[in-house]
Amino acid sequence: MKKYQLNHLRELESEAIFVIREVAAQFEHPCLLFSGGKDSIVLAYLAMKAFWPAKMPFPLVHIDTGHNFEETLTYRDQLVEKFGAQLIVGSVQESIETGRVTEEKGFNASRNLLQTTTLLDTIEKHKFDAAMGGGRRDEEKARAKERFFSHRDEFGQWDPKNQRPELWNIFNGRKHMGEHFRVFPISNWTEMDVWQYILMENIEMPSLYFTHMREVFNRDGVWLYHAPFMKLKPNEKVEIKQVRCRTIGDISCTGLTLSSAETLADIISEIAATRVTERGGREDDKRSEAAMEDRKREGYF
Amino acid sequence: MTQFSNNSYLDMELLRFSTAGSVDDGKSTLIGRLLYDSKSIFEDQLEAVKRASIKKGTEHLNLALFTDGLRAEREQGITIDVAYRYFATPKRKFIIADTPGHIQYTRNMVTGASTANAGLVLIDARNGITEQTCRHSYISSLLKIPHLIFCINKMDLVNYSEEVYKQITETFTVFAEKLDLRDIRFVPISALFGDNVVDRSTNMPWYTGGTLLEELETVEIDHDNDFTSPRFPVQYVIRPESTEYHDYRGYAGRVAGGVFAKGDQVTVLPSGLTSTIKTIDTYTGELDEAYPPLSVTIQLTDDIDISRGDMIVKADNMPRVTQDLEVMMCWMNARPLQLNGKYIVKHTTREVRCVVKEIQYKVNVNNLEQITDDTTVRLNDIARVVIRCTKPLFVDSYKQNRITGALILIDEGTNETVGVAMVE
Repeated sequence: MKKYQLNHLRELESEAIFVIREVAAQFEHPCLLFSGGKDSIVLAYLAMKAFWPAKMPFPLVHIDTGHNFEETLTYRDQLVEKFGAQLIVGSVQESIETGRVTEEKGFNASRNLLQTTTLLDTIEKHKFDAAMGGGRRDEEKARAKERFFSHRDEFGQWDPKNQRPELWNIFNGRKHMGEHFRVFPISNWTEMDVWQYILMENIEMPSLYFTHMREVFNRDGVWLYHAPFMKLKPNEKVEIKQVRCRTIGDISCTGLTLSSAETLADIISEIAATRVTERGGREDDKRSEAAMEDRKREGYF
Repeated sequence: MTQFSNNSYLDMELLRFSTAGSVDDGKSTLIGRLLYDSKSIFEDQLEAVKRASIKKGTEHLNLALFTDGLRAEREQGITIDVAYRYFATPKRKFIIADTPGHIQYTRNMVTGASTANAGLVLIDARNGITEQTCRHSYISSLLKIPHLIFCINKMDLVNYSEEVYKQITETFTVFAEKLDLRDIRFVPISALFGDNVVDRSTNMPWYTGGTLLEELETVEIDHDNDFTSPRFPVQYVIRPESTEYHDYRGYAGRVAGGVFAKGDQVTVLPSGLTSTIKTIDTYTGELDEAYPPLSVTIQLTDDIDISRGDMIVKADNMPRVTQDLEVMMCWMNARPLQLNGKYIVKHTTREVRCVVKEIQYKVNVNNLEQITDDTTVRLNDIARVVIRCTKPLFVDSYKQNRITGALILIDEGTNETVGVAMVE
């Protein structure tokens, strides 16, 4: 008998495409949260595939902290153009200026937490009833329990103890007015799967993921980019190092990895050999043991 | 090219397995051991667990701490919800649905089992076959997990005795005759010390089978999907309405059963109209064939009216088209199932309403006996129920197809998923 068996990447791809199509079918105003990081790039690529030869029937939403790497914005605009997608930008700077949020002060000030307000405001303004994100269950222990279709109440909050059962591939997206869903089509992918898929599909990636020389400084064991708005402590000094990003977020909390990885294959072997999780370089997760769970409860990505 | 980017690494099989067991069975320890010994634990995670182990004053590195997720779980030392974990070996990629095993969490066990190719059931070697083993086995058979691996754990506490192991496997084999289990295996292990989990035990030379990881790496899963009865639930209609694809009309979906090929004669339900497959499209090119669990877009040669919730099948192998269903239902909500109550039914991509006509009996999941004197179906209960739907569904028995044989019930008022059911 002929063997009908998909390999792991094709099976994950099929699952993600199924979930993305469910979102388009079940919701009136869905959107796709695009951060410019590798997970949301793969997600946008899968969404493009899911509806080809039609265009994806929802906009990409970027929550811009104002502290983004320039490369991220350039890459974003190129991708939007290539996919013929619609782009909506929610600005944290604007949330600060209109007094919706207050900028954190001090050396570890980050706009990461402030994003939650901007995100929820953007969802409300555009009446989005489902927001897809590139969250993966292997990233962090609170995420390990999240559903594909994750229900949010009218305040945008997640109640981890009262999640809807989710069986087989049947997704319940029914909701009351004012509530919305966060949907995570690549829930079951690991960091390795994401990179192997990028390699298999030959997806073009932002240069930040590959090795480059950059002005950095070391804070508590983490290499950070010395952007103009980053304040140095007296004992910290700026050096030029050969680095790459393992995750891409807001500059203030994106730890850089010392690396000479020039190609996708180099990155994959680097990850295979790495003994620290990708979030090990994220300042935002170190704040407390339950940092991610707390942020998610409040409506974070 | 490195080992992780060469073709064999891009071409691994994916195995989903669920684990059931209670705190005392050492389930979390076993998962921690699998992750630890297969080198899937990262340094920062290990450091965190080492710190926590010292804080709690445990003698060994407390492997169970790798799997605690939510704050409430860490505080109470229990697993509340299904947690998903990931690891890979050179042979396969694994997704673990880690579920709590206590009776009050039957619904979580059912959830974890629903997508699993394989199930791991833990048995404490000191206690042998217990009510809990019975419950886990029954749920595994109800959810039709294709392969079951029974881990006889804590062999270190029974002096790695072959007698104990043999007695447990023999007792279970007799009990298992009452269940519909396709493939059962047994592995004697000690999760705490790592015997026969990843590395072969030197303490049990009498055991000649594979280690747990070897079993997981080699169990054959290419026949787990239904490749005989073609089923394509239509999920979404793709109409680009662009100059280039002016007349394109494609039916997007994920193959739920059988094999569809270009040129095949097909029938569309519920209309019963027939047509021929013109193309099977994906972004990267046309396919000659589509099979589960592929997501594709199908174009037909005729312009017929098809929408979400319809199903493309073949005339010589039709599903049952019916409004009346007898199902095994697992209740997931604190508010009991209402006899004569109305619910929303979701079955593949189809949504209808239903009324509960009859509750025939409940199952005592600890000894498989039927309960007929109390038919109030409460949270975590499993019952045989008859429902009538407002419109026909296109179903197969769950035994034949785990996609077209499954449905969920949604409360119209709260929108919660309150029940899950398998077609008999």
